[in-house]
Amino acid sequence: MEDNRVIKTKDVNFFYGKFRALTDISMDFEKHRVTALIGPSGCGKSTLLRLLNRMNDLIDGTHVEGEVLFEGKNIYAPDVDPVEVRRRIGMVFQKPNPFPKSIFDNITYGPKLAGLGDRIELEALVEQSLRQAVLWDEVKDILGQSAMMLSGGQQQRLCIARALAMKPDVLLMDEPTSALDPISTAKIEELIQDLKKDYTIIIVTHNMQQAARISDMTGFFYLGKLIEYSATEKIFTRPDIKQTEDYITGRFG
Amino acid sequence: MTRKLKEILIRRIFFLFACVSILILGLIVTFLFREGIPIFRVVSVKEFLLGSEWYPTFDPPAFGIWPLIVGSFIVTSFSTLIAVPLGVLSAVYISEIAPRPVKEIAKPVIELLAGLPSVVLGFFGMVVLAPWLQDTFDLPTGLNIVNASLMLALMAIPTISSIAEDALYAVPREFKEASYALGATKSETILKVIVPSALSGISTAVILGMARAIGETMVVLMVAGGAAAIPESLFDSVRPMPASIAAEMGEAPFRSDHYHALFATGIVLFLLTLAFNLIADYVSHKFRETGSGTL
Amino acid sequence: MALQTSMRWRYFKEGVFFGLVRLSAFLLTAALGGLLLYIFVNGLGVLSWDFLTLPPTDSMTKGGIMPAILGTLYLTTGAILVALPLGIVSAVYLTEYAKQGPLVRVIRVGVNCLAGVPSIVFGLFGLGLFVVFLQFGSCILSGALTLGILILPTIIGASEEALKAVPQTFREASLALGVSKWQTIVRIVLPNALPGILTGSILGIGRAAGETAPVMFTAAAFYTAKLPSSIFDEVMALPFHIYVLATAGTHIEATRPIQFGTILVLVGLVLGVDLIAIVIRSTMRKRKRW
Repeated sequence: MEDNRVIKTKDVNFFYGKFRALTDISMDFEKHRVTALIGPSGCGKSTLLRLLNRMNDLIDGTHVEGEVLFEGKNIYAPDVDPVEVRRRIGMVFQKPNPFPKSIFDNITYGPKLAGLGDRIELEALVEQSLRQAVLWDEVKDILGQSAMMLSGGQQQRLCIARALAMKPDVLLMDEPTSALDPISTAKIEELIQDLKKDYTIIIVTHNMQQAARISDMTGFFYLGKLIEYSATEKIFTRPDIKQTEDYITGRFG
Repeated sequence: MTRKLKEILIRRIFFLFACVSILILGLIVTFLFREGIPIFRVVSVKEFLLGSEWYPTFDPPAFGIWPLIVGSFIVTSFSTLIAVPLGVLSAVYISEIAPRPVKEIAKPVIELLAGLPSVVLGFFGMVVLAPWLQDTFDLPTGLNIVNASLMLALMAIPTISSIAEDALYAVPREFKEASYALGATKSETILKVIVPSALSGISTAVILGMARAIGETMVVLMVAGGAAAIPESLFDSVRPMPASIAAEMGEAPFRSDHYHALFATGIVLFLLTLAFNLIADYVSHKFRETGSGTL
Repeated sequence: MALQTSMRWRYFKEGVFFGLVRLSAFLLTAALGGLLLYIFVNGLGVLSWDFLTLPPTDSMTKGGIMPAILGTLYLTTGAILVALPLGIVSAVYLTEYAKQGPLVRVIRVGVNCLAGVPSIVFGLFGLGLFVVFLQFGSCILSGALTLGILILPTIIGASEEALKAVPQTFREASLALGVSKWQTIVRIVLPNALPGILTGSILGIGRAAGETAPVMFTAAAFYTAKLPSSIFDEVMALPFHIYVLATAGTHIEATRPIQFGTILVLVGLVLGVDLIAIVIRSTMRKRKRW
């Protein structure tokens, strides 16, 4: 039987120094679904997201307990190379962060360093990634120009295209629309719906309507704990737990 | 695994390079002591530091550097007295008062002047300030404490001003706005809010400026006059430690007592500036840790 | 009413304070401006093609300063060759690899202390290590190594600042694409920091060119007729040449014009180099989009 759960966390605890930011998180993420992580600021949802591709390694004085299984293998096992993990699990950040390079070079940066050298293949990859990110028509004639010239919404779609060019299995998105205007936000939400066919998407969002609109599963976090996790529809219509209801109805947070 | 190994290897190599600064510091200490310590077979540490006679070439020679220490101390103190108010006030001018175009030009110009070679200031003191002092005050020589202090101050001001300006500039705008909103005038805001908030940066600037003055060679070599005696007035000549080393090293026979004595003077100078720098480091670090909330 | 008088008193204090501030700014400008103007006016008449390209003649009372210019060039180039690689690698370690802890703290304090060592002590150190212990003698190599060590903290400081100015988001973006740390540093961090590192290094060059005390015992010759043929030869250097002409020998007054000319060349060189760095930096800051 094929296991549909591509990432599983088992009793994960995370510490910044002595401060425990996450407590006993056990969560399964299913293939080809959009999972939203919601909760008030500081609840640990971004921390969890960054745990899933070991981006938290970059912060001094932190440590992880428990296991994060990606395709059955613990990515925190000592023999695992975090670089390899990040190739398979891509990430899009809160603020668009293109490199100060051309649009073309932004997208080919990762693949080139992973060893792809053929010009024709690279060009095909650029077109494919930009099409997937619904940016191709807007930038196909200016691929040589600096990515910094693009608008914020275009930059964010470029960052998505850049992540897709690595052909990851999972795409982590950390509040990808929080720095964007409503029109760009709508475009990116639409894009997320399309991408779900090929990718597993885990998204952190502050915006509950967004979570309700685009996700299949929703996890609600509060004070470093996973309070409730189930189908989005259920969470937003008849949550089991009072805290969840209070939060989504705007009574706190 | 190989990539991981490579990363670890690179980190190790880079770490070794980063330690070079420490290594050099160690080498400096080693070689200063190697060439300086032998003098203490001839004189005791106490005689060397506190002896008031510096006659290294006499027979019998006398190796007391007290007059040199006093000389260094006096020119440094006076130049600090001149440089700190001027440097800090001009930093206040640039950061808080100057109109925008002046500000944009003044900042880089000050930085530029901090790079002025000290031999140039020494030359200016010798050729311009010394004759003027001599004529105006009817002195036997214009090469004296006043001249050296003025030129040292001129050298230290750009450094002090530049670092102090950075500190003032870094004060959050909210502080100023809060002060104005409570009905404070501009000068009250500057003196009671901005300067206190920037105090750690300003103190660092002052200490570094002083360290620069005490270690500066060319200015004191050229304009302090070179008399190795305890001065009695501000118009007397002195012979600060760096001047003594620079002037005499060329003539001291290799590994003679005189040569070792000059290295030993270097040790004293090194330890003095080291102390200054450690204090500066401590001050800036301590303030950073506790924040300006304690002010 | 009491409030009224106190306002007047407060504005009076304000006037006094601003007066003091403006006065110090003015004094500083006048002193340093006057100094530069004085040097410029007195030195300009001396400058000529011959002055820049001929060696000194008649026991240095006539002729040019070409060997001193060349010597300063050699020493400065050597210093930067020593300090640049060392400085950049140190800075990369400190900003990109080092974890905050006692060891890094020690390294940082060490760099700060090195920055504060008086230039004459560097001279003694160069004499003790390079000239005497390693038996290089007084030569370009000893002088360049000494000057290189002298400007090392400047280069480390400038490089660290430039590296820290590269936004953290660039690093995250690269690492999230599954690019290794080393490649991220080489492809993303260093290229973006390079202009900053270079301007900092140019300021270091200016510093090395203007220093006298460290080269006095390690490299500089009072006078050499022949140009150096290897790094084990002594050279003349501009700052030392000024010092020698202005203080030693029997022709101090007679060589005054040469002294002014040499000063102008040195100041022009140092401030010119620094100016280039500052201009590059300010245009770069304006162009930066992040």
